[in-house]
Amino acid sequence: MNETITILQQNLGTALWDTAKMVFISGFIGIIFGTLIGLFLYYFSNPLFAPRPLVNSICGFIINAIRSLPFLILMVVLIPFAKLVAGDPYTPLGGAVSLSVAAIPFFARLAEGAFAEIDAGVVEAARSTGAGFFLIFQEVLFPEALPALIRGVVLTLISLLGYSAMVGTIGAGGIGDLAIQFGYNRYNTGVLVSVIVILIVIVQIVQWCGDRLAEHYTRV
Amino acid sequence: MSQIELKNIDVTFKQKGRTVSAVKDVSLNIEKGEIFGIVGLSGAGKSTLVRTINYLQVPSKGQVVVDGTDLTRANGKTIAQVRRKIGFIFQNFNLINNRTLAQNLAFALTAGGYPEKKQPARITELLKLVGLADRQDNYPSQLSGGQKQRVGIARALANDPDILLCDEATSALDVETAEEIIEILKGINQRLNITIVFITHQLEVARSLFDRVAVMENGKLVEKSSTYDLFAAPQSDMGQRLVSRFLDTKLPEKVQAQVTSQSGQLLALRYRGSDSLTPIITKIAKETDVDINIIQGRVEFIQDRAIGVLVVYLTGKPVAVSRAIQAFQARVDYVEEVENHE
Repeated sequence: MNETITILQQNLGTALWDTAKMVFISGFIGIIFGTLIGLFLYYFSNPLFAPRPLVNSICGFIINAIRSLPFLILMVVLIPFAKLVAGDPYTPLGGAVSLSVAAIPFFARLAEGAFAEIDAGVVEAARSTGAGFFLIFQEVLFPEALPALIRGVVLTLISLLGYSAMVGTIGAGGIGDLAIQFGYNRYNTGVLVSVIVILIVIVQIVQWCGDRLAEHYTRV
Repeated sequence: MSQIELKNIDVTFKQKGRTVSAVKDVSLNIEKGEIFGIVGLSGAGKSTLVRTINYLQVPSKGQVVVDGTDLTRANGKTIAQVRRKIGFIFQNFNLINNRTLAQNLAFALTAGGYPEKKQPARITELLKLVGLADRQDNYPSQLSGGQKQRVGIARALANDPDILLCDEATSALDVETAEEIIEILKGINQRLNITIVFITHQLEVARSLFDRVAVMENGKLVEKSSTYDLFAAPQSDMGQRLVSRFLDTKLPEKVQAQVTSQSGQLLALRYRGSDSLTPIITKIAKETDVDINIIQGRVEFIQDRAIGVLVVYLTGKPVAVSRAIQAFQARVDYVEEVENHE
């Protein structure tokens, strides 16, 4: 018991901070680029804008290809790339590279869905005012898709939290790594249980906040 | 030159490998300041046709000329400019749900290039125009259907359009609210001299709103006339079907059964003006030696002019009956032989 407390005291802070870095960096990159790609997919598939089935299917193929790799394999394949981008792949920053690559297509699909679900009539009404695409995005697509985008962000962050444990085990650190190193390899059940409890609490908080936020932006 | 000229418009869609032609060779001129209606059943191609006017629907063939600009040859920028002068009102209102009424109108104003500083004043003015001045900061979900449609109208009017397109604008509303919306549109047409193109399957709307009307069936324009003439004497099959159903000359089943048990001919008559037909009926009865019973009759007012609607039942010798029918056809505007059997 004392050993558990010592281990947690010495390592928990750093581990949480490492996980936070990984999740937030990759989440941020994933959400920004994912939104852009989702918007791109929407733009080229919607008959009200510029339907280009070819562009759409090529882009869709790439997204599916990345998403079809299990994260464990994607992570290993991307080690050289992470080295190139972050210098050392075995750091939280290095881990964030493969997490970002996984997060972008994941969020792109969620964003595409969020935009596609907007009532076509509302978009048509916007088009009929003579508004350009940027204005329509800013004033129609974004506010109408916002609740769904927020739910997508929650889903992405929670998935990334899970994936970050996997990156942790190959040396990027974080809370998952803590659980494996001390809880599993050194048979310290106390550490394992603590990490599980912490993860449950984090996920609950993220989900709760996301739901409240999505609700706040829904005026239907 | 007419304000809107549609010349030989074809619209075809490719759907799952099949080619569906929604609009077939439609030509139409709509004049400045008139209220022009297009009626037809759902699926007749009305919505598709009206969308070619602001080029939300690109025609596969033909020419669209609005205020002298040929949209079929215009670039995207010109089309956007023309669109700003064409307001659009939808059946389902299509407001931005997550934005307040003021923000909804601000969007349309920004799209039309209205200076941002002057927008608040303009928004107040527009909402006042449709009687919702105190609801600026409400969201669409806080409004009733009729109120939402008023916001739709305010949005369509935001950039001082020359033309207003209405796609079944009253079809999602109850009768009373629909009448309210019709009155608002009439007022707008009279005060601002805005041309209105209104498509609907509801003939009530046609009766109380349209100056001229076109009938569409299966993508084709089958009839075009003044609203009064359409109701008094429709020329096309579809026009006759729509008007007959609206003027409802069908008899209650019991009466129908009674009548069909005898041999004779049921006639639905329509005639312009409110004068009584009794002298004609008496005359024809005498001339042809048939008995004529008046089953039902009333007077309808279309554009403040009367149309008499009468159902009569003729009995007598077959030769005499057919002579009487010919006599009616010669003297009455519209004669329909109602089938005796089911």
